[in-house]
Amino acid sequence: MTVTVYVPRDAAAIALGADEVAAAIERVAGENGQDVHIVRNGTRGMVWLEPMVEVATETGRIAYGPVSASDVASLFNAGFLSGGDHALSLGLTEEIPFFAKQTRLTFARCGLTDPLSLADYEANGGLTGLKKAVAMAPHDIVKTVTDSGLRGRGGAGFPTGIKWNTVLGAPGNEKYVVCNADEGDGGTFADRMIMEGDPFVLIEGMVIAGLATGASEGFVYLRSEYPHAITAMNEAIAIAREARILGADVLGSGKAFDMEVRVGAGAYVCGEETSLLNSLEGKRGIVRAKPPLPALEGLFGKPTVVNNVISLASVPVILDKGSEFYRDFGMGRSRGTIPLQIAGNVKHGGLFETAFGLTLGEIVVEIGGGSASGRPVRAVQVGGPLGAYFPSSLFDTPFDYEAFAAKDGLIGHAGIVVFDDTVDMLKQARFAFEFCAIESCGKCTPCRIGAVRGVETLDKLAAGSSPESRKALVADLCNTMKLGSLCALGGFTPYPVMSAMTHFPDDFQPASMNEAAE
Amino acid sequence: MANSANGTLEQRAREISASHAGRKGPLLPILHDIQHEFGHLPEEAMRAVADELNLSRAEVHGVASFYHDFRSQPAGRHVLKICRAEACQASGGDAISEAAARKLGIAMGETTHDGHVTLEAVYCLGLCACGPAAMIDGKVVGRIDEDRLDQLLSECRQ
Repeated sequence: MTVTVYVPRDAAAIALGADEVAAAIERVAGENGQDVHIVRNGTRGMVWLEPMVEVATETGRIAYGPVSASDVASLFNAGFLSGGDHALSLGLTEEIPFFAKQTRLTFARCGLTDPLSLADYEANGGLTGLKKAVAMAPHDIVKTVTDSGLRGRGGAGFPTGIKWNTVLGAPGNEKYVVCNADEGDGGTFADRMIMEGDPFVLIEGMVIAGLATGASEGFVYLRSEYPHAITAMNEAIAIAREARILGADVLGSGKAFDMEVRVGAGAYVCGEETSLLNSLEGKRGIVRAKPPLPALEGLFGKPTVVNNVISLASVPVILDKGSEFYRDFGMGRSRGTIPLQIAGNVKHGGLFETAFGLTLGEIVVEIGGGSASGRPVRAVQVGGPLGAYFPSSLFDTPFDYEAFAAKDGLIGHAGIVVFDDTVDMLKQARFAFEFCAIESCGKCTPCRIGAVRGVETLDKLAAGSSPESRKALVADLCNTMKLGSLCALGGFTPYPVMSAMTHFPDDFQPASMNEAAE
Repeated sequence: MANSANGTLEQRAREISASHAGRKGPLLPILHDIQHEFGHLPEEAMRAVADELNLSRAEVHGVASFYHDFRSQPAGRHVLKICRAEACQASGGDAISEAAARKLGIAMGETTHDGHVTLEAVYCLGLCACGPAAMIDGKVVGRIDEDRLDQLLSECRQ
């Protein structure tokens, strides 16, 4: 009897040795004469357990992890092919608390299926959303997405349906769907995970966006730092084209939509939508002034939907189960689910999809299990390099766009980076300026010059040179960058800087002053 | 000799450009292909691309120099990229970058004198829950400690 064994092909699993584990399983099975079928699935998102191997048994999929190649022989000895007990046994995957507590809508298939099996995809609910969309009028598709309350998951949180409606109403026959897969924010990996673990769902979402807005061509702008995602998307697109999900006649609807992957070239700023469009056009990734909105004059000057990977990947389930189903999850104006990415110095790091509304403390302490180092958690940066640092005194903040804005923060792409008490917040504030200086496109002065001056000023502060006036200068500089920058790179760099200064003032007292005070 | 080498290079650059004919916004894919083949973007190739796309030499240079990925000089035989973004910082990434620079005797962005290793910073590989992370010759590595770093560096020397 053939036993199916799952070994993830996700980059995080591979970075921790999944390829070697898969090879070892194949080798030992061969030696033992056991018939094993290895499926390279996506990850279930429990990165601290990767490489997490699953075995299909009559009672369900049983997990083992973290497995290294040297554990494989002992797994066979323990009879893991029939779910045998072993020191690395985790029990049924779906009963692992971190997994069981989630609400998986967008990531429903990620880790469950073979990412490149269209049959697997359809058997697990794939394509039902698109099949419904094909039979709907564009206006009705847009209305369903609008009613679901879905907001842009890239960070800005703009209602997806309203953006689509603008493109639908824009005149012209040439329109585009652009997927922003330039997930450059440190601490985020949801886009990578879905593209590697369930690429068809992004394709399905993009086709639906095309049908809804009248666009027949799509681009996935995918960062070069994600080679595994690039391969998975390219292979999935070829399979989808073969199955006529893409092409001149989408599922026999008579409507055309095709798409391709375009690889970025290491510029963080190209995650900003107008800079991304310039890059796609083959230009320097310089930010464009808005208006005109990309929805009206986007790629090659044509009406363009620009959406994040997770926004687009959430569309199929909305079309499949209806706007009310999705809208009923969440709180306030943050509807549906959000894939939290728990990272950094944390015990249980990984992706946790849940309805909006958990508090930051629940996420970091209960789900994440606190710091990996065992030391007290001191700061948590939410929303990538342009997100604010939160102290534990703000752990009661619920995960919601508005609640975070009210605390001078942002949820961004829902990356949550945990730091223990060894963190130096002055250094982190300096890094925020330094990163902005490295990645600035150079178009606007507050960002290009401000970031450099910010680094210099914090260096002087650290050296003990008139710290009070330096702090006032940094605050003033942040104000200028926030109000005067063209895009979020310069405009949001003040979030990490100011939150570090506000919530961790002790770190901004130069050592010489602390000594004088003692 | 040099002329004939440049002749081939220019010809290949033209062939690569032509292979993208009909694509919208083809410059980035062309530059990626040229760098993939030659390891960097040679001057002669850039002139040929500009000519093929009917762009000015300055426009092509402007694009090539904007993006961190594109090189005007070849890299070392191995390229070690270490993540310096926040999640890796939180899990001890700074110490790994410093150790790598010290052991190789170079700074970030430099290549060792023997041309074996180029050391570069990268800002996020999406391996934020298993940092510190790195990429060596396109292969991803997570949870790097000093031992793992030594192992990677010794692989580079072979």
